[in-house]
Amino acid sequence: MSVFQSLPGSDDVTRLTLPNNITILVRSNFNSPSVSLSGYFAAGSLFDSDEKLGLADFATTALMRGSQSRSFEEIYDALEAVGAQLGFSAGTHTAGFSGRSLVEDLPLVLDLLADCLRNPIYPSDEIERLRTQLLTGLAIRAQDTGDMASMTFDKIVFGDHPYARPDDGYPETVRAITRQDIADFHSRCFGPDGMTIAIVGAIEPAFASEQVARVLGDWRNPQQPALPALPQVRPLVETVRKHVPLAGKSQTDVMIGALGPERKAAEYTAASLGNSILGQFGMMGRIGDVVREQSGLAYYASSSLSAGVGPGTWEVNAGVNPANVEQAVDLIVEEIRLFTKQGVTQEELQDSQDNFVGRLPLSMESNAGVAGALLNIERHELGLDYYRRYEQMVRAVTTEMVQTAAQKYLNPNALAIATSGP
Amino acid sequence: MTGCTTVTLKNGLKVLLKEIHSAPLISQWVWYRVGSKDEPTGQTGVSHWVEHMQFKGTPQFPSSVLDKAIAREGGQWNAFTYLDWTTYYETMPATKIDLALRLEADRMVNSTFDPLEVESERTVIISEREGSENEPLFLLGEAMQHAAFRVHPYHHEVIGDMADLHTLTRNALYNHYRNYYIPNNAVLTMAGDFDTDAMLARIRELFEAIPGGPTPPRLLRPEPEQPGEIRLTVEGPGQTAFLQVAYRAPAASDPDFFALAVLDSLLAGPSNLNMFGGGGISNKTSRLYRAIIDTELAVSVHGGSSATIDPFMYSFTLTAHPETALDKTLAGLDEEIKRLQNELVNPAEVARAIKQARAIFAYGAENITNQGFWLGYAEMFADYNWFTSYLDKLSQVRPADVLRAAQKFFQPASRVVGTYIPNGDGDEK
Repeated sequence: MSVFQSLPGSDDVTRLTLPNNITILVRSNFNSPSVSLSGYFAAGSLFDSDEKLGLADFATTALMRGSQSRSFEEIYDALEAVGAQLGFSAGTHTAGFSGRSLVEDLPLVLDLLADCLRNPIYPSDEIERLRTQLLTGLAIRAQDTGDMASMTFDKIVFGDHPYARPDDGYPETVRAITRQDIADFHSRCFGPDGMTIAIVGAIEPAFASEQVARVLGDWRNPQQPALPALPQVRPLVETVRKHVPLAGKSQTDVMIGALGPERKAAEYTAASLGNSILGQFGMMGRIGDVVREQSGLAYYASSSLSAGVGPGTWEVNAGVNPANVEQAVDLIVEEIRLFTKQGVTQEELQDSQDNFVGRLPLSMESNAGVAGALLNIERHELGLDYYRRYEQMVRAVTTEMVQTAAQKYLNPNALAIATSGP
Repeated sequence: MTGCTTVTLKNGLKVLLKEIHSAPLISQWVWYRVGSKDEPTGQTGVSHWVEHMQFKGTPQFPSSVLDKAIAREGGQWNAFTYLDWTTYYETMPATKIDLALRLEADRMVNSTFDPLEVESERTVIISEREGSENEPLFLLGEAMQHAAFRVHPYHHEVIGDMADLHTLTRNALYNHYRNYYIPNNAVLTMAGDFDTDAMLARIRELFEAIPGGPTPPRLLRPEPEQPGEIRLTVEGPGQTAFLQVAYRAPAASDPDFFALAVLDSLLAGPSNLNMFGGGGISNKTSRLYRAIIDTELAVSVHGGSSATIDPFMYSFTLTAHPETALDKTLAGLDEEIKRLQNELVNPAEVARAIKQARAIFAYGAENITNQGFWLGYAEMFADYNWFTSYLDKLSQVRPADVLRAAQKFFQPASRVVGTYIPNGDGDEK
């Protein structure tokens, strides 16, 4: 089998849009008797007020707690009895869902998906039980050095912008949310407009699309609001550093970085290759080499670029002994300085280009991997042949383009530095 | 499921090959019969540390070259050390697998263990352990394991005790490597897009000349019967309490393992045995979820065991409900266990457990890396047949077997009950 054939393209992905603006993407894979589905709809935390932050997350997580025709137990009994899985979770711009089953059970999973999405009744006792579970999750988060460093980092980078807020809220905002808030949020924000669903597995595209149309084709919600307007994000003008103390911990998490590009930005691919060189390629790139291999300071030390619909972040993360925090911070900032000042070599770029192209088949070996790729194409309007054009696009990036992207986003004198530990 | 070819080379290296042509990928795994159970006191963590050193290079493939060579080809590689085994894998585009074959043949014998690299890795591993120590459930789990196994070397965490991480020497690491990393103590497995005859010829070419050696004995110190319930507490930072209850579980090769797998499905939801891919199934209709979470005795419950050579643990982990004392939670758990010991389960519940297992295996089969994993993993505690016959064995389990297994394994006298008590330090914001 050739690599090219293994990648999704316009000849083997079926895409159609229902009259109510639900987009369906299907790709067949008859190698295993299973099927994966995933998707998103326009009901993320951007619709939440500061006072009730976590509402979108609560309303989404509670979808499966009971519908007009099925109780919480009945919903999960139907799924678990056949070894199927279905779950919902909220993000910032959208909320998402994913599921999988043996192929014969796909119609059942779609029935449940549609029923939970369209007809949740949010029973009070279930809402209170779920609230306790969410609050426990937040209490555990408050004690996690990685989560605390990451939340603090987002606050420094995004300031007053809604992207600074955690989608799952804070204990006091989750406590403030009422059952009525949840039901109102559902009536207002949940709807088919802008919804996308990808289905990959041992199934014919026509059958899969018919099944989606059967359960969601007549869904309408004329109230669905447009996304709130978002303010501009201003990059930092000087380095800002914050520490969240967590007594009794053995290790400190360090996060250092800045704003990153949007996914649709022209320089995204160059930034992404640059990020690979900085802290991904091989054993975590240059950062891994300096912090782990040469200094033995950390078990994990790498960089990442998270680009979404709006501006993302570009950061380095490491877990180090509390006594070594200053040394690690200095090493990382110095690497960022070198990276922006001297750029990358042709050889480094070639290595990462080879890696990006070579790893594609591996990232798409599972149905869930392909479904994720199809959603990525749809969300960012990349075109159905994106993965077939990918190599050409990656190879077109030059060392100059990488350095320009690095300098545009990373200023070694204006970084967000967040740490959490003892 | 397609067949698998099994061959043992002249030097004792066992090879299992399975052609799968669904994607242009090949996953190679090399397994060694050595893990934390082979570590005497003073050398805990040595197997895991040796695994780290296997990425530090040979004269032919220096460390900086290795990572880059694999990454350049778009491959993925990693290694894992567990109680009973250590394994290394590379999943590569099919046309690039030769690099992985040459690499594994080379590092079976030629790793350098440069003393400077040993020292640099010491602090990396200490840092890995410190990261784990940040997690309440690691701290509790370590105490549980230590309490459950006084004699058997399953008593320590794979990563090892801090005392040994500070004092282990380069020679100890190197000797461990030389003793255990020999072809007759290894299994090579491969799944993916290749031709078996051609691949086998290439494997012979690269591996058959590696000399075998005396098969190293496994450290054998059977754990005596536990004389009574053990209770322990661990205190640490946090706001959330956890409860763990661990029973002695049967070895993977014990026929009772399958009755326990059905019990696990009924009680706590099915465990996902796949290392890669698939993902699990929720457990919201399991007996414990209904009896403990729906009634607010806890906010989460999980259960599971591992497939091991010797009897290890079946553990329940529960996250405390902020308004429920943990002795009530434990009483709720005991109540459900008692039900299973006194009443036959409905055959429909057994059928459901089988369907769940079938689905989990189907999800795992999408993934070539996971298929290569199973070829060798099952060999480490039984043989590949254990995996291929898993669903059949599960379907032979009868309600009476489930009852008997519940009576046999869930004995209060042979359990450890552990509690993580948060000291309340640290609050958000």
